[in-house]
Amino acid sequence: MPLSRAKYQSVQPVPTGSDYQRKIGSSCAKLGIMDVIAVAKLANLSVTPEEQKLLGLQFSETLKTVNLINELDTSEILPTSQVTGLTNIFREDIIDTARILPPPQENQGFFVVPAIFK
Amino acid sequence: MNYLPVIGFEIHVELKTNSKMFCGCPANHFGSPPNTQTCPVCLGLPGALPVPNAKAIEGCIKLGLALGCQINRESKFDRKNYFYPDLPKGYQISQYDQPFCYGGQFELADGKVIRITRVHMEEDTGKLQHINGITLVDFNRSGVPLVEIVTEPDFENTDQVTEFLKEVQQIVRDLDISTADMEKGSMRLEANISIRPEGQKDLPNYKVEVKNVNSFRFIRKSIEFEISRQTKLLQSGEIPLQETRGFSESKGETVSQRRKEGSSDYRYFPEPDIPPFILAQGYIDQISKSLPELTRQKRKSLVKEYGLNPDIAYILCSDIDMYTKFIQSVKSQPDLASKIANNIVNNKSAQSIQYDQFIDNTIIEKVLKENYRTILDYKSGKQTALFFLLGQVKKQLPTADPNLIKQTLIDKLRQ
Amino acid sequence: MLNSLTVTRALEALRNKEISAVELTQACLDQIENLNPRINAFLAINDLAISEAKKADIHKPLGGIPIAVKDNFLTMGLTTTAASKVLDGYQPVYESTVTQKLRDAGAIIIGKTNMDAWAHGSSTETSDFGPTRNPWNTENLPGGSSGGSAAAVVADMCLAAIGSETAGSIRQPAAWCGVTGYKPTYGRVSRYGVIAMASSTDSPGPITKTVADSALLLSIIAGHDQFDATTSPKPVPNYDLSKPKRLRIAFPKEYLEVIQPNIKIQILAAVKKLEELGHSVEETSLIHPKYSIGVYTIVQRSEVSSNLARYDGIRFGHDRSFFGAEAKRRIMLGTYALSSGYYDQYYAKAQKVRTLIINDFKTAFSKYDLIIDPPSPSTALKIGATQNESMFGEMQDILVEPSSIAGLTGISIPCGFADGLPIGFGFIGSQFSEELVLQVSHQFQEITDYHLQKPKI
Repeated sequence: MPLSRAKYQSVQPVPTGSDYQRKIGSSCAKLGIMDVIAVAKLANLSVTPEEQKLLGLQFSETLKTVNLINELDTSEILPTSQVTGLTNIFREDIIDTARILPPPQENQGFFVVPAIFK
Repeated sequence: MNYLPVIGFEIHVELKTNSKMFCGCPANHFGSPPNTQTCPVCLGLPGALPVPNAKAIEGCIKLGLALGCQINRESKFDRKNYFYPDLPKGYQISQYDQPFCYGGQFELADGKVIRITRVHMEEDTGKLQHINGITLVDFNRSGVPLVEIVTEPDFENTDQVTEFLKEVQQIVRDLDISTADMEKGSMRLEANISIRPEGQKDLPNYKVEVKNVNSFRFIRKSIEFEISRQTKLLQSGEIPLQETRGFSESKGETVSQRRKEGSSDYRYFPEPDIPPFILAQGYIDQISKSLPELTRQKRKSLVKEYGLNPDIAYILCSDIDMYTKFIQSVKSQPDLASKIANNIVNNKSAQSIQYDQFIDNTIIEKVLKENYRTILDYKSGKQTALFFLLGQVKKQLPTADPNLIKQTLIDKLRQ
Repeated sequence: MLNSLTVTRALEALRNKEISAVELTQACLDQIENLNPRINAFLAINDLAISEAKKADIHKPLGGIPIAVKDNFLTMGLTTTAASKVLDGYQPVYESTVTQKLRDAGAIIIGKTNMDAWAHGSSTETSDFGPTRNPWNTENLPGGSSGGSAAAVVADMCLAAIGSETAGSIRQPAAWCGVTGYKPTYGRVSRYGVIAMASSTDSPGPITKTVADSALLLSIIAGHDQFDATTSPKPVPNYDLSKPKRLRIAFPKEYLEVIQPNIKIQILAAVKKLEELGHSVEETSLIHPKYSIGVYTIVQRSEVSSNLARYDGIRFGHDRSFFGAEAKRRIMLGTYALSSGYYDQYYAKAQKVRTLIINDFKTAFSKYDLIIDPPSPSTALKIGATQNESMFGEMQDILVEPSSIAGLTGISIPCGFADGLPIGFGFIGSQFSEELVLQVSHQFQEITDYHLQKPKI
């Protein structure tokens, strides 16, 4: 792959379609009272009413500790998601049969979704 | 109150690479028995990790360049998180805020410019089948490389839509990165349709998504239906529901599938398993140089260089044999370009017969001179006279293209 | 007792024909049979271990050596559960790169060790299959999440073990169990086939009786992997353990602050030993590790929430109702931190503070060769210490989170005891400075014998 770690200009901000825009949280959500039910739904988990209560309390505690990070000034700082410093890792477009797995033995090779989803 | 359509598109193109986007399983899944082309990566098994396909990314960049896009020198993959049985990892590896390509333009025949918001890379999902109340999943298609094209809602009518979609399909095929076959699903369309009062500049406060329509004809029909349906609603004071609809071929109407509640919360974040990309200008230039001449470019140059009628140029360029034949024949007789073109186009069915494209004008003159009465018959309206003259010329020029003879005769008889 | 040998010594004995691989393996199996009911270090035992030992090729780098593997590494023929009921009984259909390398080197995978379920913890108490008990005092925890591996090594149930560290999961249990735990640089060892926890920090690594064993195991499991795009293409050296030059070592005062009084004395005594060895130790100041807790919690839980999304019971395993309380808690916090409206405030902010921490280390390593980093503020806590703690793991790992977030390398080595429980001393080095960290640690083990102490079980 003839790619070099060339010097690059700072990236132009990408014009985004409306679907790609993140809503910015209000600064009032500092302590983040979490809507446990909504989050559980997003996470595809079920929580009992007791769990809901307990989790709500625990999250508040956790978020207090986590919120410490807002004490540090990061206004000129870029985020890091990759600590290796690696870039441009690819593989060639070659078929690799060594990792192909056999299909399920039942249901004529299909996987079956256990519950009927909505 | 007059309403005008506001239409945008999301087009998914399945690339015809050898292997999938993040693993070495074969990408060509058409007709293969279920789950016979899967591995830990595309099945989303515990511990599996993605490694990106270089050729797929090249294909995405090619398409972006062909659509007039800027290429992001810094790019990365992101995780789009949601739960669905056909999505084995519970997230799709896609691109969020740093797509490979963005900010393109596409000019239509009528001069209208469609803005291409972005062209990015992602992976396909598995296929679901619902039978007798249970759902079966086949992951052969999971992980196949997909390029997604997103346009701004710039389309104003169905003609523009049809032209654009056909052009995109042609470009994809010119680049040889996909079969772009609507029926086989290697090119999929999602239209976002709304309408607004004439003169209003702001976008409407709703949009209806129409998907799973697998032909240009049906897309056209569904847009027409939607415009009509939405107009009726707005006229009666209702705002159309923001939802996803499909198209019923039997009814000739769009039908509701499920509500589209604003944007889903996909919780995008940078894909930690794949390091980011910093693309050298040299790499992008190399891809740019390697782009073949696109069909639309060929058409333009035929019109410009040979003065061909745009419709004739369109047909010539739609078929590689016709195009090649034209280019070869016109070398020795550039001034007969139009005639040659017409003949090739009209002779489409008789392509197996190789006719001379050269007509000896002295023969034509001789035949006309010798058949003065037949000329008078023709001029008084007898079409059969033409065929008699045609036959006479053919006797003396047996290998000449009969259509070209006919055309030449007609031209001369007009004088 | 053959099972109490180190890997280095056992290889010698095997090649000198003093012992056989079968005898060695049998000794470990006997120890497991004897102790596991009390310690619960193992979730699965390889019932083909003896037949593998019979066929062992003692000329291979690890030929005939019984090694335990943490149960988040996919091993064909042995169940892999990540200590969660969701994967109870799961038979992998492919092999992790690390265990394949061990097999190729002739090692015998003797069994799979207990861990915090999904590696979510620093105690091994959140395992869905019961806690592992610390061999030094079975009322105490072994640490986690690689608690089963650490306990198995110190109790001589195997000759060495493999663990994984996301933030402390190798070093902290090594400290609590009195063994040597090595966390390689992120990207040094392949994660392919390791059940993912936090993809951007997970680092598989060895847990051993000595630094010399650690170096050997590391040289075998490290290296670039075509199936893991985050592995480094840097070649793996032979990890030569010769005496290092005179080093400038830093001791961050913020780390010393966090260490509990009852272990401070031995920590400082260990520092003195470094000076006796000819190195200079200076106090330095780093960004306070309390900020790393926030960064790590957000980044890890966010990645966890995504990595655990594939466990839906459709293609393998059981459905999501089988997740334990800790897993649910972490998935939900992570989901929340990534969700619309909160991303910038939590995840994006955490990744920026991460940059600050990385830069802070870069500055420190421009002046110093190594940084002292005791992995744990205390000795092993009691069984039950994690109950009703919503952030037990992340709080416990305060001293190791900064180096994990930055993808650095680090070690934990025994340096003393307090109330009969081991104390861990440690170093962190800049990325790919494994050799230097190993050299100094080896030096330390040459003049101390804490690592040779064994519990009476």
